[in-house]
Amino acid sequence: MTDIANPPAASVDETPFRRFVADFCESRVAIAGLVGFIAVLLVAVFAPLISPTDPYDLMQVDVLDSRQPPGAKRYTDGMVYWLGTDGQGRDMLSGIFYGLRTSLFVGAMSGFAAMLIGMTVGLLAAYFGGRTDTVIMRLVDLQLSFPTVLVALMLLAALGQGVGKIIIALIVVQWAYYARTIRGTALVERRKEYMEAARGLALGHPSLLFRHLLPNCLPPLIVVGTVQVAHAIALEATLSFLGLGLPPTEPSLGLLIANGFDYLLSGRYWISFYPGVALLITIVCINLVGDQVRDVLNPRLRR
Amino acid sequence: MIIYVARRLAQALLVVFAMTLIVFLGVNVIGSPVDILISPDCNQACYQASLKALGLDLPLHQQYLVFLKNAVTGDLGKSFAIGVPALPLIVERMPATLELALSAMFLAIVIGIPLGMWAGLKPDSVAGKTIMGGSILGFSLPTFWVGLMLIMVFAVYLGVLPSTGRGETVQVFGVRLSILTLDGLAHLILPAVNLALYKISLVIRLTRAGVRETITQDYVKFARARGLKARRVILVHVLKNIMIPVVTVVGLELGNVIAFSVVSETIFSWPGMGKLLIDSLRLLDRPVVVAYLMITVLMFVVINLIVDVLYTALDPRIRLQGAAI
Repeated sequence: MTDIANPPAASVDETPFRRFVADFCESRVAIAGLVGFIAVLLVAVFAPLISPTDPYDLMQVDVLDSRQPPGAKRYTDGMVYWLGTDGQGRDMLSGIFYGLRTSLFVGAMSGFAAMLIGMTVGLLAAYFGGRTDTVIMRLVDLQLSFPTVLVALMLLAALGQGVGKIIIALIVVQWAYYARTIRGTALVERRKEYMEAARGLALGHPSLLFRHLLPNCLPPLIVVGTVQVAHAIALEATLSFLGLGLPPTEPSLGLLIANGFDYLLSGRYWISFYPGVALLITIVCINLVGDQVRDVLNPRLRR
Repeated sequence: MIIYVARRLAQALLVVFAMTLIVFLGVNVIGSPVDILISPDCNQACYQASLKALGLDLPLHQQYLVFLKNAVTGDLGKSFAIGVPALPLIVERMPATLELALSAMFLAIVIGIPLGMWAGLKPDSVAGKTIMGGSILGFSLPTFWVGLMLIMVFAVYLGVLPSTGRGETVQVFGVRLSILTLDGLAHLILPAVNLALYKISLVIRLTRAGVRETITQDYVKFARARGLKARRVILVHVLKNIMIPVVTVVGLELGNVIAFSVVSETIFSWPGMGKLLIDSLRLLDRPVVVAYLMITVLMFVVINLIVDVLYTALDPRIRLQGAAI
């Protein structure tokens, strides 16, 4: 913080965050993953600005432009469809940009909410122990004994379609992973001296839980978080592909791929192929970053 | 031990009961199937008649009680769409799904273990690194998209493998199998590879980790020191010991593969349980959806029960821990 006050010592500054950054940068693959992920994120955020067309504005879509191969020109003004068009004549590139937006939004929202819920529940289980712990962990075990696809299918069969509903389904299938992870860490942390000291100060439960215990349990949670977000994006795409996820009014990458399925057998590969590539790049980038974060935060691998 | 099993059994029953409630209530909230099934020129009287015929005129809790009573006797209702009992409909589709799932598991083992061993024995070689990179890709590739690409390459462009259906089947003990005919085998390859891809990556990682850990152990060093051939050390001393975790995980993953076959079956029009579920969901065919979910829940509860009891029998620590709570 005070770089000006003690300049020579500051060059050795080993704040945990800087060490983390330095360790992270050791792997070139991980940096590539991070750069890729940031690029995908920027595309998703600024999709309406950088897309050549608005694929869901019916005024801009012309059936005469449908099923054009990549590189074809628009019928009216000669604009190039770099990745071709789909069955309704919508520009694939713009569709992918908008689809990324939806996919990332759903993945991030559900991941974040599941993390909050799982974190709180897992922390409570570890902190209070006894019966609370037993009940919560039985529930977690039960949840984890069923495959995520099955649980999500079951929920969507019950809830129906919609952005809110798929986010709920993804939260339900994810929270248990976070709860289990943070409980494991918190069980170790709560026996440490700083917790004893804090308890000695007669601090209330909320303060002990969230100001002292929680910050020290975060690293493993971050690792699980990155993996889970990638998983959530893939699962959402799968469910949308099966026609159970997002409604056609808010197409994610999964739905774009499903739309192209019908044209695949006639050799029009681009309608399914490119959205899939976008999905793959997103997931690979997140996984690469997650792998490196796990290695860096793993105390057993610390040099 | 008996008390533990009894308690575990009671828990399992409770789970199944809770699931019937959740599934039934949940599924009955989706739109009315009558709107889809009746002809457009149906009047009010005919509408009421079809409601009555399907048992949908009763209040929800009575519908549930009727459902529960029938479910205990193995009657999970009749399909709205085809009018045949839902349970036999699903049981009839089960062999196709099991055939696909077991083939995928088989592929995962015969491809995953050798590759994983290679990567574990030579971690710094180009081949080892390629295998590990490939396994990351295998984890990241969305299953359904890979399925589409397999169809595109092998069915559309190369035209060497069929992309839909089961092909020719033969009856073995009253069960139709496609794996025993050449045509059926050709139909099985693409969906099985598609379903296996994720599991291959998993087996590679498990095997590699196991090999890396095992080759530093004393008994492996000792076997080498005794002058045994490298092949024998690897195949007997190393392989035997890494098989324990691999077999455990593969066994546990079988349920997962059956659940995930929904995706592969839909893409390749493989006539299994999963495709039936998706078709029924689209038609709002409630009894079939409920029956599918009940059967799978039951299957998982039974698998989990067996695994738990076996583990307890093998490892007394778990039993004691359970008794303490």
